[in-house]
Amino acid sequence: MAFEKKDLLGIKGLKKEEIQCILELGESFKEILARDIKKVPTLRGKTVVNLFVEPSTRTRISFELAAKRLSADVVNISAKNSSLTKGESLRDTAKTIEALGADAVIIRHPSAGAPHFFAKNINANVINAGDGAHEHPTQALLDLYTIKEKLGRINGLHVGIVGDIAHSRVARSNTLALTKMGAKVTLVGPPTLIPMEAEAMGAKVEYDFDKVIGKFDIIYMLRIQLERQTESLFPSIREYTNLYSLNFNRFKKAKKNVLIMHPGPMNRGIEISYEVADMPQAVITDQVVNGVAVRMAVLYVLLGGGEFEKITN
Amino acid sequence: MNEMKFKKKKLIMDEATIKRALKRIAHEIVEKNKGAEKIALVGIQSRGIYLAQRLTKYIEKIEKKSVPMGILDVSFYRDDVANRLIPHRVSRTEIPFDVSGKNIILVDDVLFTGRTVRAALDAIIDFGRPTSIQLAVLVDRGHRELPIRADYVGKNIPTSQKERVWVNLKEENQIDSVDIREDIN
Repeated sequence: MAFEKKDLLGIKGLKKEEIQCILELGESFKEILARDIKKVPTLRGKTVVNLFVEPSTRTRISFELAAKRLSADVVNISAKNSSLTKGESLRDTAKTIEALGADAVIIRHPSAGAPHFFAKNINANVINAGDGAHEHPTQALLDLYTIKEKLGRINGLHVGIVGDIAHSRVARSNTLALTKMGAKVTLVGPPTLIPMEAEAMGAKVEYDFDKVIGKFDIIYMLRIQLERQTESLFPSIREYTNLYSLNFNRFKKAKKNVLIMHPGPMNRGIEISYEVADMPQAVITDQVVNGVAVRMAVLYVLLGGGEFEKITN
Repeated sequence: MNEMKFKKKKLIMDEATIKRALKRIAHEIVEKNKGAEKIALVGIQSRGIYLAQRLTKYIEKIEKKSVPMGILDVSFYRDDVANRLIPHRVSRTEIPFDVSGKNIILVDDVLFTGRTVRAALDAIIDFGRPTSIQLAVLVDRGHRELPIRADYVGKNIPTSQKERVWVNLKEENQIDSVDIREDIN
């Protein structure tokens, strides 16, 4: 089926077939990343703007590389060096970027919904690269891709997402994406870090990590986001680490072939121990590599359009 | 592709003529390249793959040595991205040998505008620097939009723009045939 959306704003608005289309395309792009010349001319002449109002290293670089691998021109704008600090509205920023001829805008913003507002005010394709604690769709897509690559399927698997669920857009997007693709999701964390709507997203909730760890095919550890917490939601880092960290002793209770994932950056020694992060079961670096391939696929479906039937020899 | 929009007009090649044409092309390839020493075949998705597989077998039978073969999907090299005409579903590319120093034989079913071949040339060059790139097609139907010519042609079939050349291969369509269909829209 064709991918007919103008923007990629969240997993919530995506159909299962659209997710499958991106995952399949990701395989072709991963093949390109394995070549000596890791570049194809597909998006030559297109301009991609990276508008990162909130700091990010890996997502921004991943998108930048994805666009460059497809031969698009890339412009990076960060909050610090943009007119947003001078009080320019998001709508005016959209109009300015549009006037400069952007074909696609990748936006990260601390406020949930900002990419949706931005998309309404610009003709260019908009990709949400994380909006507040709301969604991070490309992270979920690259995680699905990694699971499918490593385990051959998504349907029927049991995924445990562990940690600071309430502040995590990754947890939200992943729960939506995984349940849509037929996986079972259990959210694990202290009650203060589990959002009210957890079960409405199709996930189960569990507070005792040790009790459920043996059931998971995939353990997805989240970073403790101290920068997003306005009040103290757990007594101490030490207590959190005792109860929810994936350390070696706890890891021994997991299934033998369990997949360990983390969206990065990791707080080694807090949510995941040094040794577990480097285990062969940990696919954290694969997630990074797959991120570029999947983001290439997303740019390709949004900017490329596609009416296969009209292609001639 | 909606098959209902086309009317079958004329059968151009049947199983026997396709087989003869491919065997002849295999001999021509061996003759032109003075053996099979440095040649490698690359089939263009999707029917070009089956034709390349068959040609590889014929060449191996003639020369009694194995010939490397790869497959190429040219979707990412097409020049129609600005018209939003690139496909959403792409197939795999697999070139399991070093193209540098080889005589690459690109294989496709129909040569029409030449745009697929142009894309394939770019794609192959991204994998290395072959000594030469040659083109083998089952059917050349004319109407080139680029200065591209095939080195080996199964059959030249002059067509009108309204006509379509329909290639069926056993691997995908259970029968081997080439026919011309007319657009009845």
